[in-house]
Amino acid sequence: MTNDEILSKLQEAFPQVEFQVQTEETKNFTVIVPAERLVDVATYLRDHLKFDYLSNLASVDYPERFEVVYHLYSMKRGGGVLVLKVLLPDREKPEVDSVTPIWPGANYQEREVYDLMGISFNGHPDLRRIMLWDGFPGHPLRKDFENRTYTFKELEPTRPKPPDW
Amino acid sequence: MGPQHPSTHGVFRMILTLDGETVVDLKPMFGYLHRGLEKTSEERTYLQAVPFTDRLDYICSMTNNFAYAVAVERLADIEVPPRAEYIRVIMGELTRLINHMLGIGFLFNELGAWYTPVVYAFRERERIMDLFEMASGSRMMCNYIRPGGVAADLPEEFLPHLKKLIPHLKRFVAEIRFYLSENEIFRARSVGVGFLPADMAVANSITGPVLRASGVTYDVRRAEPYSIYDEFEFDIPTQVEGDVYARYAQRLDEMDESLKILSQAVERLPDGEYTSKVPSRLRPPKGESYARIEAPKGELGFYLVSDGSPNPYRWRNRPPSLINLSALREMCLGHKVADVVVIYGSIDVTLADIDR
Repeated sequence: MTNDEILSKLQEAFPQVEFQVQTEETKNFTVIVPAERLVDVATYLRDHLKFDYLSNLASVDYPERFEVVYHLYSMKRGGGVLVLKVLLPDREKPEVDSVTPIWPGANYQEREVYDLMGISFNGHPDLRRIMLWDGFPGHPLRKDFENRTYTFKELEPTRPKPPDW
Repeated sequence: MGPQHPSTHGVFRMILTLDGETVVDLKPMFGYLHRGLEKTSEERTYLQAVPFTDRLDYICSMTNNFAYAVAVERLADIEVPPRAEYIRVIMGELTRLINHMLGIGFLFNELGAWYTPVVYAFRERERIMDLFEMASGSRMMCNYIRPGGVAADLPEEFLPHLKKLIPHLKRFVAEIRFYLSENEIFRARSVGVGFLPADMAVANSITGPVLRASGVTYDVRRAEPYSIYDEFEFDIPTQVEGDVYARYAQRLDEMDESLKILSQAVERLPDGEYTSKVPSRLRPPKGESYARIEAPKGELGFYLVSDGSPNPYRWRNRPPSLINLSALREMCLGHKVADVVVIYGSIDVTLADIDR
């Protein structure tokens, strides 16, 4: 299935959604999806176009927006990568719908994005920090994160308490 | 269970809910080894980030370098000379051999054969590590495969050593098969334990030997050939059972295929340049790239975003070990506590790759 076929099928299934295609800067075929239709588009891609395998889920912090990037492949059909992008212009409270119900493999990757970039995923079954501990100040992968060494004394109040047993 | 438990090869914690000795619920906890490599690499140049990739999965440092080099080359459109491609394939397959023999050895550790199989595996691993040391100067943290080629040409004594080693390793694989595959205790502990159905494996983004042991024929070397893997003849072995025993057998079969690739690569290794000219302060054009390779543990990907400066704007690593654990809970439910350890061992993870 060529890239144009994928795009025309998507356009056919979602006539009211405007899909933008990024081709110049990216080496891969990239489609920008509006955040509110992400789950519908993802379900359609999985069920009808056989994109059954979510390889990578990443997030990028640009000055004007956050981006969540999904790299999809098809194990049944083979073929190249399809990159989905969701742009989140709200820098104060970025949130997007979770794709974990569609591809369960997104579970830990979404938690990682939540932990390190501070983007929350609606409908995620278990949205907690994964690498850092609860109460860690800030999200380190953001560009405005103040990158300095913390002392143990400063971090002491945020460290998790040992359980009671 | 954990974070420091004698059977986890690192600091990994599982919160188990038990009914008697049967597992009712399992929650993995990560982060004990988190070093922030993504953030650190964003503050270095592209070349300075190569040593960090060694530290992702310290058993397979060569394939980590390999994946990162492919990603940078796609980002900056760098050509790689043919000799360098062959050297990369040789190093990649040697790494796969190391990883699989250690994976099998540690699986037997977890089964209670304390250190006998793993010492045999370590003995063979040292022979391969001698080759790595010859080429790169370091046994484990090789830092050898760079964007554009490799760090240095192979020394003269490398190829004769490798040619002698290949039949030796073939004998070693046959030896493991002979001593372990039909072992009564091993079969009793592993057949039917930790079953993973194929559709669940695909949905959970599980890759590598664990996926192929569930019966899905998917290997990045064939599905989307990178480097020069399309020039080699090899099969993609699969199993159908999807249990611990199938994962063990899958690793043995993959070692055979790696040896096949190695002997072809040694025959055809061309002369010529070992690297193309790449400036040390590389400035790729504005854009992004995603490259993935078939690392021994699964699919290893790098997603790089460049803004035209010498530092990567975003440096994201897709770790095979973390994502292969996605289905750990489903695999362990209904089994005994002692089986959890074996199932976890059969997935073959490195904690440094999970936490980064």
